[in-house]
Amino acid sequence: MEVGQMQRQWLDYTRSLFIEGFLDGQFLQLEQLQDDNNPDFVVEVVSLFFQDSHKLLNDLTIALDQKSVDFKKIDAHVHQLKGSSSSIGAQRVKNCCIAFRNFCEEQNTDACLKCLHQVKQECCLVKNKLETLFRLEQQIMAAGGSIPMMELSF
Amino acid sequence: MECEGVVSGVRMGESSEEVHVLAVDDSLVDRKVIERLLKILACKVTAVDSGVRALEYLGLDQSDAFVEGLKVDLIITDYCMPGMTGYDLLKKIKESSTFREIPVVIMSSENILPRIDRCLEEGAEDFIVKPVKLSDVKRLKDYGVGGRINKRKLPDTTELDLSSSPPSDSSSSPSISPSSPPVIDSPIQRLKMTTTALD
Repeated sequence: MEVGQMQRQWLDYTRSLFIEGFLDGQFLQLEQLQDDNNPDFVVEVVSLFFQDSHKLLNDLTIALDQKSVDFKKIDAHVHQLKGSSSSIGAQRVKNCCIAFRNFCEEQNTDACLKCLHQVKQECCLVKNKLETLFRLEQQIMAAGGSIPMMELSF
Repeated sequence: MECEGVVSGVRMGESSEEVHVLAVDDSLVDRKVIERLLKILACKVTAVDSGVRALEYLGLDQSDAFVEGLKVDLIITDYCMPGMTGYDLLKKIKESSTFREIPVVIMSSENILPRIDRCLEEGAEDFIVKPVKLSDVKRLKDYGVGGRINKRKLPDTTELDLSSSPPSDSSSSPSISPSSPPVIDSPIQRLKMTTTALD
């Protein structure tokens, strides 16, 4: 596949991620912070997010498994996850967290368990999507091309 | 305990031209983002993961000790942190004779008006709603520069009203008409308007 084709593929894929709500404008902000001196900035931040979220999701699983559920603690974890997902533009994860916190406030264990399941799924989904995106980027760079500038015009 | 607690950044003898920002946030992701945002604006950044570490860095942990060569032009801190919140940190800084003049900016993912008010009343320079964007940080850089060259902050609204306009003639005063709320650019603007409207 030649560079032009790869770039179009990248553009289409990126657009789909925004249209489907996986990513929001904050992700574009991060891309703007990347340059030749910091070519891996986005990948680095996203990696940090997945390290962070992995731990948080584990902690949440354990916390919800307790005989006596500590909703304050769970809320604190979800708040953190909401914050970091918001910072990288992982919109669907963030929205899951918002719903999750509401159920924490209601102290509804069953609903929280459902939310946990959902947020795990969303993290997994966006992780796969971003890995695909980064792979496309690597292919473009390897072929001597550059990543197109992305604009949110829809 | 996370080893990211190690302070990164130059502490002594660095160039006096660069704005040195102390960034405080317990989130690793957010620290990385704020650091990059500030560096893009050619600021020197020291990022710490808690209010306690921030106080340690400033030499405020034991006593109001002066740290030789330490120059911080701006402090930007997250509000919600375990242990010491950004608000607690703000209070400690404003209580310090050495550091009370340093502008402090609070960041929070929650746009809660009473929270914003509390912080501004305690002396915060500004309040940023997360996620932080380049435009937010661009606005902040002026505080850092302003603090260093002793540029006076925005004048107190109440003082202005008492000295410049006759107290009885409120109808012709230049203050904001309450019927059509203007577009609010920053929390500082909003707080000023609230104060004016109450007169």
